[in-house]
Amino acid sequence: MSALAIHAEGIGKLYYIGQRQTHRNLRDALTDTITAPVRALRARLSGAQRNGNSRGETFWALRNVSFDIEEGEIIGIIGRNGAGKSTLLKILSRITEPTEGRAVIHGRVGSLLEVGTGFHPELTGRENVFLNGAILGMSKGEIARKFDEIVAFSEVEKFIDTPVKHYSSGMYVRLAFAVAAYLETEVLFVDEVLSVGDGEFQKKCLNKMQGAGDEGRTVFLVSHNLTAIQRLCRKVFWLEHGNIVLSGTAKEVVGAYLSSASTAVTEQEWPDPDSAPGNEKVRLRSARVRPLERGTGDEINVRTPFAIEFEYWNLKPQARLNLSLVVYTEDGTMAFNTGPIGEPVWNGKPFPAGLFRSVCYVPGDLLNDGIHRLLLLVVENRSVVIYRREDVLTFEVKEDISMREGWYGDWPGATRPMLRWTTELVSPIAAEQQR
Amino acid sequence: MSTATAPEQTLAEAARAPMGAGERPVVVISATRGWTALRLGELWKYRELLYFLVWRDVKVRYKQTMLGAAWAVLQPLLTMMIFTLLFSKLAKVPSEGVPYPIFAYCALVPWTLFAFALGESGNSLVNSQHLVTKVYFSRLVIPIAPVLVGLVDFSIAFVLLLGMMVYYGVHPGIAIVTLPLFLLLAIATALGVGLWLSALNVEYRDVRHTIPFLTQFWLFASPIAYPSSAVPAKWRVLYGLNPIAGVVEGFRWALLGTHRPSVPMVLASSAVVALLIFSGLIYFRRVEKTFADVV
Repeated sequence: MSALAIHAEGIGKLYYIGQRQTHRNLRDALTDTITAPVRALRARLSGAQRNGNSRGETFWALRNVSFDIEEGEIIGIIGRNGAGKSTLLKILSRITEPTEGRAVIHGRVGSLLEVGTGFHPELTGRENVFLNGAILGMSKGEIARKFDEIVAFSEVEKFIDTPVKHYSSGMYVRLAFAVAAYLETEVLFVDEVLSVGDGEFQKKCLNKMQGAGDEGRTVFLVSHNLTAIQRLCRKVFWLEHGNIVLSGTAKEVVGAYLSSASTAVTEQEWPDPDSAPGNEKVRLRSARVRPLERGTGDEINVRTPFAIEFEYWNLKPQARLNLSLVVYTEDGTMAFNTGPIGEPVWNGKPFPAGLFRSVCYVPGDLLNDGIHRLLLLVVENRSVVIYRREDVLTFEVKEDISMREGWYGDWPGATRPMLRWTTELVSPIAAEQQR
Repeated sequence: MSTATAPEQTLAEAARAPMGAGERPVVVISATRGWTALRLGELWKYRELLYFLVWRDVKVRYKQTMLGAAWAVLQPLLTMMIFTLLFSKLAKVPSEGVPYPIFAYCALVPWTLFAFALGESGNSLVNSQHLVTKVYFSRLVIPIAPVLVGLVDFSIAFVLLLGMMVYYGVHPGIAIVTLPLFLLLAIATALGVGLWLSALNVEYRDVRHTIPFLTQFWLFASPIAYPSSAVPAKWRVLYGLNPIAGVVEGFRWALLGTHRPSVPMVLASSAVVALLIFSGLIYFRRVEKTFADVV
């Protein structure tokens, strides 16, 4: 049995709602300070807890998270948005303090919560390698030693003395990732960085990550990419509502995560515009997936045409909005991306402020069976994404045995379209022989 | 749960031990409560990062500018010209026996360093939120870096000051050996105020709007356009509570051979600066733990 790399015990993080967005102004703070003794006295008299809030509601982004990780393990963290994955990473990499609990990490710690942290557009590739390396925690000598390897890995040798503002986004990401890939700390925290770069480069990065584990380094990986998680990690934690609900082998946990009924959210409503998700330009009121054929109940199967419906407030008069939807299959593959091109009434027109409803009609015989996740983008002027919500809906497309015609095996593919086929007998062989 | 002191020590020791044959560093993460230690040892471990941040800012500072590093000189030089016109020619402000242009410029060189460092340092944490929310390092390097960046401009402007001294035939006396002390006082003042403002700025963006006003006000509250002898003697010590007054008087004495600054005034300046830095460090550390959540 190898030595312990990370020991975490009852980690919890309490947030004040709104704390992350609002900056209080000085006047509030002064009033707060002046009235503090009165409030403290009142609280003591009423026996209220010290942690009680005067600033509004609180919520626990994480609570009672405990685990032990051995040296050389690659651990995957999965869970839906808001489950606390990023908060856990931020606590372990010391970006923010836990409210309670304690963790002990053995070894030099590095964290990659984003690639290219601190890259400066005016500096050359070479300069940025040194700067970024220093920010990630490498020493000058260490970077100088690995410099040639980093550049070779990034495949941007020719442009290494060009300011990175002239780089294509692909080159930029490759260079940034190359620095990260050579961050050889004993414990490494990684957040979703695998979702960058082209397929070939991603594969290279996955291999590098795998190599880290083989060298006895500990990697802590958060990702939505379940394929990558399954490939890299022996052990996976499933986080939900700030708790680890399941931990075990990758196969076991990812399987349970995918089949958990609670992952399906086919309808969401936010009646109060002030607290609805969105921003100063647009806010969501509701989102739902519903079958277009009655009789099957609420069930959608591979044959059912269904509608994806959104109601949203446009808050900025004269905005030219359109929704854009991306449907993902359960392993994270994009099935399709769609927008209201050719929609007859509002497409391309300025929207007055008000409540709008957009419906996307998806034909039957298009999607494969399984869980599907929906990413919603609200786009202005056809080009600027003004709001984005991942996993806005999650729905299951059920199997319809009747259309399988006797084939009961796994039906692979991101989609399962029912396509028109023709078969004809061009010329029978028997006739030729007869001639 | 843990005590407040134990993790501090381990953090400081563990933060950046070199890789290799030695023992593995241990990092303990837990909530810190109450008065946190200043962890200045940790700052030393991040000196290379500090160097790189300064190096980055120096490199980037004059990119895509037409005049480049000439800006380091132009700013105090143009201000000096305006001051000469307004205060010397029109208002007939006395200049303690040295030509007014060099009297003003000698004060503007440290002042420009201070004003730059104050502004940049005060906004530094907010401007670095992309770093603060993504990677851990001693956050103290962020407000310190701009102060050191200011030294580069200072050196350039200082060379011109030496040139002016030759031109006006001003010879410094033995007092010039005290100059580094007054430079240190200027840096320390900028750092003390920068620590406070940068930390306050994270939660209260009012600070961002306050800085230009504060700088302007401070300029006229310091003996830059006028000699401190214009201030009545009984107010002199109180006036010294503005550390820049001590800095400016010191610079003029060390370089131009004007009257020696009063010892109580310099002591008052130094005491204020020491207090500013110490309290600034404590405040910075206290709010540091929530930077990433609030910024």
